[in-house]
Amino acid sequence: MGKILVMVAQRLALGLLTLFIVSLIIFLSVELLPGDLAQEILGQGATPETVAVFRHQLGLDLPAHIRYLHWLGGMLQGDFGQSLANKRDIAELISGRLGNTLFLAGLAAVISVPLALTLGILAALYRNTFFDRAVNVFALSSVSFPEFFIAYVLILFLAVQLGWFPSISNIGPNTEFFERVYRSLLPALTLTLVVMAHMMRMTRAAIINLMASPYIEMARLKGLTPRRVILHHALPNALSPIINVVALNLAYLVVGVVVVEVVFVYPGLGQLMVDSVSKRDITVVQACSLIFAATYVLLNLTADVLSIVSNPRLMHAR
Amino acid sequence: MDKISRLTDLAESGLVDRRGFMTGALALGLTVGAASSLWSNTARAAAKKGGHLRLALGSGSTTDSLDPATLDSTFNQILGYGTLRNCLTEVKADSSVGPELAESWEAQPDASTWVFTLRKGVTFHSGKTVTTDDVIASMEHHRAKDSTSAAKPLVQSIESMKADGPDKIVFKLTSGNADFPYYMADYHLCILPSKDGKVDATSGDGTGGFILENFEPGVRATAKRNPNYFKSDRAWFDSVELLSITDPAARTNAITTGEVDVMERVDLKTVNLLKRRSGINVIETVGLQHYTMPMITTQEPFNDNDVRLALKYAVKREELLEKVLRGYGRVGNDQPLAPANRFYATDIEQRTYDPDKAKFHLKKAGRENLKVKLSAADAAFAGAVEAAVLYQASARAAGIEIEVVREPNDGYWSNVWLKKPFCMCYWGGRPTADQMFTTVYSAGAPWNDAYWTNDKFNKLLVEARATLDQEKRAQMYREMQLIVRDEGGTIIPLFASYVDAATDKIGHGDIAGNYALDGLKLTERWWFA
Amino acid sequence: MEAALKLLRSAPATAIFGVTVIVTYVLVAIFAHWLAPYGETQIVGAEYLPWSDQYLLGTDNLGRDMLSRLIFGARNTVGIAFLTTCLAFLLGGLTGLLAATLRGWVDQLFSRAIDVLMAIPALIFALLILTVVGTSIPALVCVIAVLESTRVYRLARAVAMNIVVMDFVEVARLRGEGLAWIIRREILPNALPPLVAEFGLRFCFVFLFISALSFLGLGIQPPTADWGSMVRENATLITFGDITPLLPAAAIALLTVGVNFVVDWFLHKTSGLKT
Repeated sequence: MGKILVMVAQRLALGLLTLFIVSLIIFLSVELLPGDLAQEILGQGATPETVAVFRHQLGLDLPAHIRYLHWLGGMLQGDFGQSLANKRDIAELISGRLGNTLFLAGLAAVISVPLALTLGILAALYRNTFFDRAVNVFALSSVSFPEFFIAYVLILFLAVQLGWFPSISNIGPNTEFFERVYRSLLPALTLTLVVMAHMMRMTRAAIINLMASPYIEMARLKGLTPRRVILHHALPNALSPIINVVALNLAYLVVGVVVVEVVFVYPGLGQLMVDSVSKRDITVVQACSLIFAATYVLLNLTADVLSIVSNPRLMHAR
Repeated sequence: MDKISRLTDLAESGLVDRRGFMTGALALGLTVGAASSLWSNTARAAAKKGGHLRLALGSGSTTDSLDPATLDSTFNQILGYGTLRNCLTEVKADSSVGPELAESWEAQPDASTWVFTLRKGVTFHSGKTVTTDDVIASMEHHRAKDSTSAAKPLVQSIESMKADGPDKIVFKLTSGNADFPYYMADYHLCILPSKDGKVDATSGDGTGGFILENFEPGVRATAKRNPNYFKSDRAWFDSVELLSITDPAARTNAITTGEVDVMERVDLKTVNLLKRRSGINVIETVGLQHYTMPMITTQEPFNDNDVRLALKYAVKREELLEKVLRGYGRVGNDQPLAPANRFYATDIEQRTYDPDKAKFHLKKAGRENLKVKLSAADAAFAGAVEAAVLYQASARAAGIEIEVVREPNDGYWSNVWLKKPFCMCYWGGRPTADQMFTTVYSAGAPWNDAYWTNDKFNKLLVEARATLDQEKRAQMYREMQLIVRDEGGTIIPLFASYVDAATDKIGHGDIAGNYALDGLKLTERWWFA
Repeated sequence: MEAALKLLRSAPATAIFGVTVIVTYVLVAIFAHWLAPYGETQIVGAEYLPWSDQYLLGTDNLGRDMLSRLIFGARNTVGIAFLTTCLAFLLGGLTGLLAATLRGWVDQLFSRAIDVLMAIPALIFALLILTVVGTSIPALVCVIAVLESTRVYRLARAVAMNIVVMDFVEVARLRGEGLAWIIRREILPNALPPLVAEFGLRFCFVFLFISALSFLGLGIQPPTADWGSMVRENATLITFGDITPLLPAAAIALLTVGVNFVVDWFLHKTSGLKT
């Protein structure tokens, strides 16, 4: 157990370093973008005079490294700062969006993870049957479709023609839970189709890989049913790669859904970040990218810890 | 008259939209005014209270705020001005100016001092009564030295403000301005609650027909009806919900699947398909917005008026109207006043495509085979690049070689406009002739994007501003329109209409064209029929 | 040739389908100029014309022939994706093999740098960088290649790690062979099969990634025909029950399905998963 704690501590420290470098990279890239916040916000209405005043009010006329250190100082005290553009508290601005993003990711995960694992196990159980091939072809195809294709097809059939679901995800802070689920179902379905194949195929491959090992052979010779062999003997040992791929896909559900957000007008974090990039609202961009990076680091860490815990050989390594 | 009554029948049953109705009525010999009022009499059912309006807007960003100094897109304009707040005055559908928070006003004969009388007993949503202090602080919000407000140029002409008794405010201007009441209707200049001379610009508190419930920048805003609204014949909806849907495809989906009741900015490329949908009306409003191509007149070769005239004659305006705007607009005549403006001179000849005249002027300038670069990006207006390419083709026939330079959308207004000698641009228009000319065409104005100076024009501009005699003013503005058309540094090929869509459950009166969305007051002016 | 045919005959139906699709796309891309009835950016008629004999798939939002743009799109989108994948492999593969062979600080440096890169969401990072450097095709290719090379690096390093510890590599090292020689002659040949399979998968991801960027307006810029932006430009039509805008998306899907099928078969053959 102590080993795990040491590893977690090491990885967390490394993660913090990663976050620091990410913030530097993002800051530099936003600095390099043509035009700054003052010009973007004032737009056609800008005069050199108002741009200068605006910059001064926001401290944009300070040198870049000072602004970065200032931001970092606030960050270290847990203060995300304010949006430069509308002076709103970033913590407040982001919490709602982050909630929406997590909700959508959660909904998609609740649908896709059990479905993918079940299909994967079934495919392994009935491998090389028609069922296995059909599932395989379906999975390969769905992972091959661009997200916007799936999204538009779903809109065309389920929203425009049948009218079962709304074509846009109009959800607010006061939307009730079931209403929220209903309104987010089309984007969640889109994401399900995108991420399911990967997890399903990994489950199937991991189990089949183990089927050739001697202890499974032993179990089979003992006369156990294939179902029991797979669920009780193969699956526990196949968990580590499966957990890894699930974590990877969960991370994707949080950070990679900009396109789905655009098509369904879903008010998530990705849209917020794209908006803020185009307006050069650097503090919001920084906050968003740190959240994304932290999600990635933490999910990876969780996956590693879980795969160690689930594997006695790694758990009690000499 | 028979045919007209049949047309009104069709309109009442919703089989003909406003555009179709107007075209039909005009073909039957009615004047625009008569047809327009006939339409509003027939198609308008009596307004009634109730319902939840969902309005899909084509703009809005997470960086939006409610501060009137930064209202830069239709989303925060219609929220921050039209829904939550009021100005001293209001521009009506017939483009005249009427009272809002001010009950009345009067000017000294030279129009340099204006006295506004406040309406009594109007309260903010918070319950605080509107006072002269609030008005003065609201103006000061834009006038202060460190203000970054886009309305700064408007209020800079105010030399001093002071209260005169409990409900009168005296504005002293640096020079006479007969249009000052129009200035006070500008959406930036809405009246905010103040405390110790400082306004509360961001909470959304105001005197408007709706009270803000929730505002998520770049996503949505909801507001419920203000029970104490001082206008009894406005704000019909129980509640309104503004949604920011910038993707035109998603917006169209939303209205066709019944997710929203009104959508802003119909995708003109599929407008004909949308029109065929039952239950949806496409609404065209002829507004003030126009597309321009400013040439920097202090640089070669644009410092030569013959070159500018040649370029003006080389535009196929009708073709641009048809291809870029799908006919939803009017051709421009190289001067910025829209037909809806009360000083629009109807008797000025429309400039048309004439390659021979273009060649003539080029020869006069000694610049046959002229080559120029035209900078374009769709940030200027949707279809700007397409328009530039079409212009390139028509100009080639007139012996002018135009090289279309595609500029990035990012930073277009800071890096291209006012910097590149010849570029694409757009103006939302100003409600008065004086504002329009002063902002973009007067010498030394920061937004004079052609860097154009004309002594006669500038002299007329100051004179007309202080003239209260409408006949005389009209004469002066006619002359100024001619000067800009024939000597100005700006090609104005198109006036673009606002094209929106609503379900047939929505009712409305005559639509104002001073800004988009019924003068940005859609939420308080429209209703569920 | 004969061997290839024999191999193909033994392949499952899905793989044959995949190969057919890929070959067709390549042919279409190469012969786009001869196949397309109209020019890539030529405006041939009114906007959004329905399907007809003259314009088989109708026209797009500017009145350009949809079929012609689909065909030219094959050349542009597929070509750029292929180029990007090659570059990504060159970058990621080389650094990965180097890191595995040299170990030590080189490995640490590369691996940590890759960790950081991977922690930034690829799509958003690409959006950011492309706004900075402008959306030219070379920029697009480089940015995506760098981003994708991170995953290639991981795989290449992992595969090579297993090979580096083998006796024959040790022997070569003791023989005093140079680094380049060891990588080229000993490690690369053994690491090739998984890398080839990965190439197919990466190609699909790059392809989808470019279309997503184009869809968001930062990929291949108009008027160049590209499948991602074609979907976005014409998306409004879907509301009115017209499936034409889905065709470019379907074209993307078909190719990625094809490649995936072939890769699947290849993996199956090389991994020895005979179950």
